[in-house]
Amino acid sequence: MRTPADSDALRALRRVLELRAKLNEAIRRFFRERGFLEVDTPVVLPANAPEANIDAVPAGAGWMRTSPELAMKRLLAAGCDKIFQLGPVARAGEHGRWHHPEFSLLEWYRADAGYLEILADTKALLAFLARELRGTTDFTWQGKPVSFAQELWEKAAVSQAFIQHAGWDPALTFAPDRFDLDLVTRVEPALPADRPVVLIDYPAPLAALARRKPDDPLRAERWELYLGGIELANAYSELTDAAEQRARFEQANAAREKRGETPYPLDETFLAALAQMPPSGGIALGVDRLLMILADADSLDGVLPFRNG
Amino acid sequence: MSYTAANLRKGLKIELEGIPYEVTEFEFCKPGKGQAMYKCRIKNMLSGATMEKTFRAVDKIDQPNIESKTMAFSYKEGDKYVFMDNKTYEQVELHEGVLGDQRFFLLEDLECEVLFFNHRAMSVALPAFVIKEIKETEPGARGNTATNVLKPAKIDTGYEVGVPIFINQGDFIRIDTRTGKYVERVKQG
Repeated sequence: MRTPADSDALRALRRVLELRAKLNEAIRRFFRERGFLEVDTPVVLPANAPEANIDAVPAGAGWMRTSPELAMKRLLAAGCDKIFQLGPVARAGEHGRWHHPEFSLLEWYRADAGYLEILADTKALLAFLARELRGTTDFTWQGKPVSFAQELWEKAAVSQAFIQHAGWDPALTFAPDRFDLDLVTRVEPALPADRPVVLIDYPAPLAALARRKPDDPLRAERWELYLGGIELANAYSELTDAAEQRARFEQANAAREKRGETPYPLDETFLAALAQMPPSGGIALGVDRLLMILADADSLDGVLPFRNG
Repeated sequence: MSYTAANLRKGLKIELEGIPYEVTEFEFCKPGKGQAMYKCRIKNMLSGATMEKTFRAVDKIDQPNIESKTMAFSYKEGDKYVFMDNKTYEQVELHEGVLGDQRFFLLEDLECEVLFFNHRAMSVALPAFVIKEIKETEPGARGNTATNVLKPAKIDTGYEVGVPIFINQGDFIRIDTRTGKYVERVKQG
């Protein structure tokens, strides 16, 4: 915690705290009004979903959660059909202008729905939050105009974006290293900065916990939300096939071992519950990054008073 | 010797395809599900040109063989500037294009740090401040002590620097060699 040096610094601190409180309150109101139940699931877990490139922070006999996803899916399987959660997650080693090892994540899930219903929720949510915090859907971020108006959103297929900006289709011949490098150096910088952009239908090897498209097994029903090249959210039509999910976790662990990282244990309770989970859509949205944009800050430094280093 | 991308930081010197670079900007980036990467702006230490380069966490990066030696500026010959090690009398030459504006701030016997890449002189780091005599400027307005109004003045090497109105021909001033700007008047003969 930085001690405010003077009254200007104290005013800036209060402004950030008030904006975050207002954002959290508005998020809760948005979902409550739409019939979602707010849930709280454990922060320390015996097992996270193994991911090739997400490292968990050890805590006691387990780990800090990297996402509340597995617990929330157990609630879906138990019959809770519209749930949301707003809370902290931790990911080791992520530190930069747009990264912090501990951050606030908003996740919500809808039973009997898919990634397109989640997209409609997200459009309505961002327009609502911009109006609540900025009084309008059209505001400026660091001197540049931004609009969260729902009709201005752009949607681009991942394959199309890569063909256009990087010259290849990653769904046809997947190369993980090249995908990440081209995404960061070619695709993200080319995305519009004045409106939300959705990159949709990821190559199947990047499906993670999403189901493949029924009519196109090379691609998965996953989209990511960007603003100005900054990733804000990741959404799926959720995979409900326990055998395929187990195989993907094992692949992720194999990729971890190749990176020289330890593999993670599998959450057997989650895998057992998956058979009962209805077809669902779900999403994780980075609240600190969203607050950074709505608070007109140029980095997470501006919205994380307790940020260290 | 090599670095991994995790060693990258501002100011680190690296070697790519036989050319030494200095990292001038550095940003951590990572797609949520993707691998960690480091977006850098790097400066070619031979030509001064900069470019963007993104490294993945798994990339190995060569460490350049760079040595530094304290040498004194000796003399200028055409477009070459000669520096000498006062202990061994070893001499090296640097071209005026490599020195850029630094060449205006050299003084005979000024001690500098000469950088060598693979044992060849590559560049020089001057002391942060040098003292130079004003050779040419409009007469100073006595009593005008404002430091925010500047007038042009020339030093012996022909370099033009903005100085406050009260500075006269024959005065000595301190110049910041990194910015090329006037710092203060120095009382000195």
